[in-house]
Amino acid sequence: MSEGIQHFEEHRDDEASKLGMWLFIFTELLLFGGLFLVYSVFRMQYAQAFYECSLELSVLIGAINTVILLVSSMTVAMSMTALQKNDIKSSLLLLGVTLFCAAIFLVNKYFEWGAKFHHGLYPGSELMKLLDRGHHLYFSLYFFMTGLHALHIIIGMTLLFICVFRIKNKSIHSQDYVFLENSALYWHLVDLIWIFLFPLMYLIS
Amino acid sequence: MANNTTHVIEYKSLSIILLILLFLTFITITIATVQLGPLTLTVAMLIACVKSFIVLSNFMHLKYESLLLRILVAMVFVLFALIVAITFIDYAFR
Repeated sequence: MSEGIQHFEEHRDDEASKLGMWLFIFTELLLFGGLFLVYSVFRMQYAQAFYECSLELSVLIGAINTVILLVSSMTVAMSMTALQKNDIKSSLLLLGVTLFCAAIFLVNKYFEWGAKFHHGLYPGSELMKLLDRGHHLYFSLYFFMTGLHALHIIIGMTLLFICVFRIKNKSIHSQDYVFLENSALYWHLVDLIWIFLFPLMYLIS
Repeated sequence: MANNTTHVIEYKSLSIILLILLFLTFITITIATVQLGPLTLTVAMLIACVKSFIVLSNFMHLKYESLLLRILVAMVFVLFALIVAITFIDYAFR
């Protein structure tokens, strides 16, 4: 056994740990749920404007981002499987792939937002103020919801980076991996949110 | 309580789940390009719900979790559905 594993009686409760993470996830679900509700009501009221605005978004980039997040969800789950099998090398490699996918997602987001900023479209810009109510609402919601989602991606990446370090220093191992499990749950939540965000914002017809 | 009893999901199963999710994503995008009018949103949301269920039960492990946790998660979604429904009922009668 290595030095990282402690040899005294641990009063650990992994089920409680996991439940705690789920309770937090519930608050996150309601946070984005509330935003989806706002979006739904305004989309109902300004259907034509929302449709026109959605044409400004790139379905291709949105689809690529969807695929990227789905793949990253699989790789983080596989990382858990690897750790349970005590295959540390694969676990770290798979976490690396997950983090790489997350980075690519953020790069895509940078290009998407960059394109909007380049055209003078950003929260508080002069152009935004000139838009009529429906269009203004769509883009305000677009920036806020994708922005908040991107923030969650960054938080998720931070958690996964911590997992990488803790697996390396052996404080996460095949007999104690609840931190990785909880971080993976958070990552799946980020994916879950995007699963709804993509069709709602990009695929209006 | 140690983690030794947590169910291990095999790599193959996880790959199959991903393929199903990618397929459903492809369907969603295809549906959106086919003009179904107001039905497009309903179908897209239904597929999104199916995808969520798959992510929740497999990737997020709920299929293998305790009944308590499964009921709690279900309740949160029911709560959200109620909030949405009641809000729209409110708007319908304005």
